[in-house]
Amino acid sequence: MTPLAEELLVTFVKIVIVVGALLGGFSVMTWVERRSLAFMQYRLGPNRTGPFGILQPIADGIKLFFKEEVMPVAANKWTFLAAPVVAVATALLATAVIPYGPPFEAFGRTLQIQIADIEVGLLFIFAVTALGVYGVVLAGWAANNKYSLLGGLRSSAQMFSYELALGFSWVTLILAARSFRINDIVDTQAGGFWHWNVVVHFPAFIVYFLAATAEVARIPFDLPEGESEIVAGFHTEYASMRFALIQMAEYINMITVTVLLANLFFGGWHSGVPGMPESLGGFPLGFVWWGLKVAFFLFVFIWLRGTLPRFRYDQLMQFGWKVLIPVAAVWVMTFAVLWVVVGGGPR
Amino acid sequence: MPSYLPIVILGAIALGFGVFVLAASHIIGRPRPDARKLSTYECGMPPVGTARERFPIKFYLVCMLFILFDVETAFFYPWALVMDTLGIYGLMAMGTFFLVLAVGFVYEWKVGAMDW
Amino acid sequence: MTAADYVFWVFATATVVSGAVVVFARSLIYSAFALLFTFFGVAGLYVLLGADFLAATQLLIYVGGILVLLLFGVMLTHRIYDLKLRTEKTQLGPGLIVAAGIFIIFANAALITEWPTVGREPAPTTKEIGRLFLGEYLLAFEAASVLLLVALIGAAMIVRRKKDA
Repeated sequence: MTPLAEELLVTFVKIVIVVGALLGGFSVMTWVERRSLAFMQYRLGPNRTGPFGILQPIADGIKLFFKEEVMPVAANKWTFLAAPVVAVATALLATAVIPYGPPFEAFGRTLQIQIADIEVGLLFIFAVTALGVYGVVLAGWAANNKYSLLGGLRSSAQMFSYELALGFSWVTLILAARSFRINDIVDTQAGGFWHWNVVVHFPAFIVYFLAATAEVARIPFDLPEGESEIVAGFHTEYASMRFALIQMAEYINMITVTVLLANLFFGGWHSGVPGMPESLGGFPLGFVWWGLKVAFFLFVFIWLRGTLPRFRYDQLMQFGWKVLIPVAAVWVMTFAVLWVVVGGGPR
Repeated sequence: MPSYLPIVILGAIALGFGVFVLAASHIIGRPRPDARKLSTYECGMPPVGTARERFPIKFYLVCMLFILFDVETAFFYPWALVMDTLGIYGLMAMGTFFLVLAVGFVYEWKVGAMDW
Repeated sequence: MTAADYVFWVFATATVVSGAVVVFARSLIYSAFALLFTFFGVAGLYVLLGADFLAATQLLIYVGGILVLLLFGVMLTHRIYDLKLRTEKTQLGPGLIVAAGIFIIFANAALITEWPTVGREPAPTTKEIGRLFLGEYLLAFEAASVLLLVALIGAAMIVRRKKDA
């Protein structure tokens, strides 16, 4: 095999693994979310399909494929059809530069489950998460439904506002790591857990966590779908797999921000315990630490949903602009001053 | 820049996946449309007029502010990358940039561009 | 042709074709849509030129910001989204001649110019950009902040209420 063909093969396998894992993660998450929420609300949740209802996502998928498609006559046909595709494509695109787990040795080469290890990694993610707004705006507008349009606009204004805080919260991480590459940022956190960015950059972590929750429109920031006010927001008119694609995009975005959270602030695949062995019987233990962190924060999102009420829209926008963005910006300058005063962090 | 090729491939696969799912669902699902089903959903009432009416300019303003502060953030990134070689000088350079934009931010705040 | 050449042609074609759609589409919304692919194509060309930071900011600002603003403009302005836009075809002949002339001049210029080539795999550019911004081009860097400030004030002026006028 020529080197190019070999590279292409590796790339293709990685894409299949990542996309497959994300779609699998999406289905499992729908079940976990419904079950956990049910327990938090003192009821059972879906428990009929298979043991503990674990087959529920598959049943849902089959059902959605067989559902009839409804498109309102007033809708703008091609925009209406394009919106779910755009939503899921932009969601998947954002996952390209994220490392999933540590580098490991296999087949005589060093591999890592990361589709593209590019130099401008974080900037790329910042740019592509901004594209998530397209699916929302197009879906909201195309349906020609008042709730959809209002939901789409609210949603996009919310994403804009919190996107800025999100991008700002990364600046100090870049400063400390001297790199955009997510791998480099993870590697600055090796060693004890007190090296994790959540300790060093605590304000940035708070800003990132809140902004990310708002960016993926999870409770308490799920205004776009505030069902008591605007039915289901921008996807009110969507049915069958078109609806499923939009839902899929939302969950993939949620997984993306969670993986980023684990990678950027919680040491990624580093255990945080000095002297912990790298691998056990050839299996890189980094996958375990990384997986536990991601699973925990995914659960936190569900937990929040079971706990908190929803923001009011004016509060939401003011919180984004008047609290999160100033805090993020002031923290960047404060950190830079500290950095110069202390004389730079460890090399 | 060979490291970018996988992103292009992923983008193509992602688009293809979306189109494939829509097409499959279109083939499998059996539509039984009727006039009421295809009318715009308005909580069960007959729809009134079109949704595409005049809208508050507030949304437009948020979008404009987003672009402006986005550009600002794009300036912060390269600065953060080279900051540790610049020391006090880098701090003062960015401090000036930051202060000018802080003035703009406070101005937006004062004129109520961030109120809803 | 190398693989990079093929990729170049894909992006160049996408940019030009979608650019043509922007001009010729009858509906504003499809024009805006096509502009999305034009911007993506340009970002791809930047990557091929080794300008990775520029490509990412192109995505961030043009695709993620400015185009959404255009879409907002089309979608939220009352009754302009379905206007059938068609510029009248007047003076087709002279127009074609002028366009052909300009094309010949540009093509000739592109062919006879000796383009400087770096002759190596392009290195990541962001660090260099940061160094230049804070060194040689510091004035431009600070002027950019003033420009943004002016734009901020302008944005607030556009949307102010009548009673403040």
